[in-house]
Amino acid sequence: MKRLLVYLKNYKKELVFGPFFKLLEAIFELIVPMVMARIIDKGIGNNDSGYIFRMSLIIVLLGVCGLGFALTCQYLAAKCAYGFGTELRGALYRHINKLSYSDIDKVGTSSLVNRLTNDTNIVQNGVNMSIRLAVRAPFLVIGAAAMAVMIDVKLSLIFFVVAPLISAIIFLIMRKTVPMYKKTQKKLDRASMLTRESLEGTRVIRAFSRQQEEIDEFGEAVNEISDCSIAVGKISAILNPAAFMIMNLGIVAIIWFGGIRIDSGRLTQGELTAFTNYMTQILLALVVLANMIVLLTKTFASANRVSEVFELMPEVCGSSTPESEGTGNMIEFSNVSFAYDTAGDHSVKGLSFTLKKGEMLGIIGGTGSGKSTVAALIPCFYRVTDGQVSVNGVNVSDWDQDELRRRIGYVPQKAVLFSGTVRDNMKWRKNNASDDDIISALKIAQAWDFVSAKPDVLDTVVSQGGKNFSGGQKQRLSIARALVGKPDILILDDSTSALDYATDLALRKALRSELSDTTVIMISQRTTSIKDADKIIVMDDGEAVGIGKHDELLEKCNVYHEIYVSQMNEKGGDRQ
Amino acid sequence: MKNTLRRVFSYARPYIGYFVLTILFAAMGVSLSLAVPVFIGEAVDCCIGRGDVDFENLKKIAAALALIVVSSTLFQWLMSLCTNKLAFLTVRDLRADIFNKLERVPLRYIDRHSKGELTSRVINDIEIVSDGLLQGFTQFFSGVITILGTLIFMMTINVKIALVVVFMTPLSFIAASRITKATHSSYMQQSKLRGDMVALAEEMAGNQKLVKAFVYDERAIERFDMINSEYGRVGAKATFYSSMTNPTTRFVNGLIYAAVGLLGSLGAIGYTSFVGAMSVGKLSSFLAYANQYTKPFNEISGVFAELQNAVASAQRIFDVLDEEEVSDDTDKEVLTGCRGDLSFRNVYFSYNPKIKLIQDFTLDVKEGERVAIVGPTGCGKSTIINLLLRFYDIDSGDIIVSGKNISDVTRDSLRSSFGMVLQETWVFTGTVAENIAYGAPDASREQIIEAAKSVYAHGFIKRLPQGYDTVISEDSGLSQGQKQLICIARIMLMDPPMLILDEATSSIDLRTEQRVQKAFAKLMEGRTSFVIAHRLSTIKNSDTILVMKDGNIIEQGDHNELMDKGGFYSELYNSQFAT
Repeated sequence: MKRLLVYLKNYKKELVFGPFFKLLEAIFELIVPMVMARIIDKGIGNNDSGYIFRMSLIIVLLGVCGLGFALTCQYLAAKCAYGFGTELRGALYRHINKLSYSDIDKVGTSSLVNRLTNDTNIVQNGVNMSIRLAVRAPFLVIGAAAMAVMIDVKLSLIFFVVAPLISAIIFLIMRKTVPMYKKTQKKLDRASMLTRESLEGTRVIRAFSRQQEEIDEFGEAVNEISDCSIAVGKISAILNPAAFMIMNLGIVAIIWFGGIRIDSGRLTQGELTAFTNYMTQILLALVVLANMIVLLTKTFASANRVSEVFELMPEVCGSSTPESEGTGNMIEFSNVSFAYDTAGDHSVKGLSFTLKKGEMLGIIGGTGSGKSTVAALIPCFYRVTDGQVSVNGVNVSDWDQDELRRRIGYVPQKAVLFSGTVRDNMKWRKNNASDDDIISALKIAQAWDFVSAKPDVLDTVVSQGGKNFSGGQKQRLSIARALVGKPDILILDDSTSALDYATDLALRKALRSELSDTTVIMISQRTTSIKDADKIIVMDDGEAVGIGKHDELLEKCNVYHEIYVSQMNEKGGDRQ
Repeated sequence: MKNTLRRVFSYARPYIGYFVLTILFAAMGVSLSLAVPVFIGEAVDCCIGRGDVDFENLKKIAAALALIVVSSTLFQWLMSLCTNKLAFLTVRDLRADIFNKLERVPLRYIDRHSKGELTSRVINDIEIVSDGLLQGFTQFFSGVITILGTLIFMMTINVKIALVVVFMTPLSFIAASRITKATHSSYMQQSKLRGDMVALAEEMAGNQKLVKAFVYDERAIERFDMINSEYGRVGAKATFYSSMTNPTTRFVNGLIYAAVGLLGSLGAIGYTSFVGAMSVGKLSSFLAYANQYTKPFNEISGVFAELQNAVASAQRIFDVLDEEEVSDDTDKEVLTGCRGDLSFRNVYFSYNPKIKLIQDFTLDVKEGERVAIVGPTGCGKSTIINLLLRFYDIDSGDIIVSGKNISDVTRDSLRSSFGMVLQETWVFTGTVAENIAYGAPDASREQIIEAAKSVYAHGFIKRLPQGYDTVISEDSGLSQGQKQLICIARIMLMDPPMLILDEATSSIDLRTEQRVQKAFAKLMEGRTSFVIAHRLSTIKNSDTILVMKDGNIIEQGDHNELMDKGGFYSELYNSQFAT
């Protein structure tokens, strides 16, 4: 929580003066009934029309000042809240960019997006409303009571019965209904889930002719929602009428006891009117206060979610940037083990291998065998739990992380393109890439054919998520993106799955001829894709069950043999 | 807009009783509460000054006041209860109806719309209708009664001052509409910027790992900062403008209050004949009215804004409800004793009349034969499934199953003679057993286990925490392959004469994949099957291979025929061996 307050420090002035002006407005608002009481007592009492005119003018002036104060406050509140919100979001986004992969895993990207947009907005709104209301509402309650005390102490006792009574009712009802609202929301979430599932599975549902059952199940869920809503409605429906009743019964009491006080000459008629006026103000202020509490609870919940992200400490990274190519190995794994924070079991166990500059490594194995994890350790996305990964002879955790990653071209399993043009996407790895750089990368990735066929070529607009490209095209663009500026190391994480055999082959040929200096790590499920690699690692359940060339592995490694044979059978041996 | 409103209220018709009661209670509650200031005024008039208090009368007035307050409270409470029932029951029906509709619209409709957007109509839009239209309606109604009632009460106290109040009312409206206009454009700007910001955040933070991998963070931050600071600037402006409404109307209210005070007091001292006689008590009740007179105006203008929102949402809901349903086929013949032979005769079909797809397609499949459909990703392989199961209707030609034209039998009976396993497996939130028994809800536990065993799924199910009673869902941690095995077991239990199988692509681990293959083979024994193939082993042994490209069937024949032909298929087939 405290972490967020820092971002208010540039807005101290607004934080002080905003509520202050609101306070002034409230004070002026409280004075009005007093002035009116004067008009009644003095103006009417003494038949003084001049006094009445003067006092009416004062009421108008009070109104004008009130308006001025209120607008000043609203202005300061908006300025402060949005200034705060903007700084908070900026800082949060910077912080997110410093998080390590394991921290991102912990929070989840969709949740990060939510916190960055929704939660910061809610906190921002909370700040805005707090400046506007947090002072005004309680002050009106206290002020009205104080004014009442000033007019007549004994009669004001009624206030001290009514105000706590109304507060107690608001509190009790909210304590009862808030959990019930949450329950209703859960039921609504269930209906939402059912709808989504049913839409996702339309084909299956219809194929099984189960529409009626789906409708019945949803009908039940919807009934539950309405039952829950009606139940909570029953209780919350008490709130307003009850507060109205207590207040008005308070007024009845004021009139009765006020009458007695007037009779004994301790109170005037005008003051009695003012008294009833203050009573109404208290009620209105208390209702605002109740809404304010709801708003603040939401704000605090969001603020906590935002703070959680800030509490994740960014990892310390090294600063080495080795210049020399080094005579030894480009990549070296020595006895590397790794376990994800969330999982108990190791995803990679005791892996050792070396790779020279320009060599190609193939990694094969089933899902969950640890293939992708091995690749993720090279750009130091995750830190090893044991052992050491070196690039250019330097431990990756000693590298300046940005420098390390600039030397690596990474193609993720899921091809993601960003909105903008094709050229924008191609400049991700190298901001100043020339069109020639980009075109040559597109050619290697077998993407130039379809890009050049578009009327706008490199300026073709990519819609969000790259919806205007097919799966195979997206994969090729995502490969090209990693090739721009010829990286020292290229990691292809099972990123050719949507390519047909012919394209896959052309891609591999082009990689070998055009990027002969680049060390390539190719993860695949197909033996054909990695057959010609200088080194192949066969992963099974986190362990390397075989390392070597294709022919050696066929002989020595059972798992590799099995995979190869099963995939070869598919192709039909008779043509081989 | 009028029609939309009428339709929403037609949903409320079954609850018209609550509707009538709501109006009745609202009218009574509001008018009673409006009478309160009159009595307070009379009470004030009983207390003139020291020794001059009419206690006899005061007692009566206080008692009457208490009675009015209590009964008004009661009516207001009853009104809320009725509104609640009215709103929630109406919305329940509406929601059930739209869901019902979604189960009946042609698949074309669902395929064309984003699932998230449709879900949002069923959930969010209906919530907005509930808040805006139904509850807004009662607010609107009691607002109108309050205004009318206040006017009537003020008129009965003093016509002239009341008229002054009426003439000052437009001030509040003018101020409010000025502000709304000023706010509107900056609000539009703000919501556009917010949209841009969310989109950017979703792209960047949503792909944070990629951003880091490409060391793109500096540029991402730069872009984010640009939108963020613009959003902060515009947002502050929009918020300030919109927050002007309350103080401004409070100010107008203050003016009215002052005017009433001035005129009333002048009347009370007989300064001017314009006003007429006026007592202090009457003045104080007048002031009370003046104080609350503008409040309902604010509320009503708020309701109008919400109403517009709600009508837009209601329109989105009715758009779905107005969709054409698939034709009723309850009077058609039920397809029984299906053997498994089928044929396509001169079939034409396209999703979009402008883009021709399947043209003059003819194919005969005998009982137990295997048809493979191959082609590059996105070539329209699932079109055949859509046509066979009548998810989409063909444009012309005939599809004959066991001698019956599929358009002459009920869809349900046609579909139940097919077993279907799709690449995007579908499990719903429920136990494993429930998921397997989806097509045969009456199956015994033994039958379910039998089916699971026969497709090699028993082993992993047994190892789940609660075995067959483990609750699973789309994202409950089952692997793609495991989910697919459950879907295959589902078909096994149904024992249909014909099959449609869509093989999964790469993302299954090797061991499970082998099991899935074996399960598929087991399933296909003796059944007519259509297989959307990604694996060449499936293709080679098929009786017929349909080669598709860009939505069209470009080649058709068995493996050897197609290889001899030397067309697209042989090219596709050979490419895998080249190195």
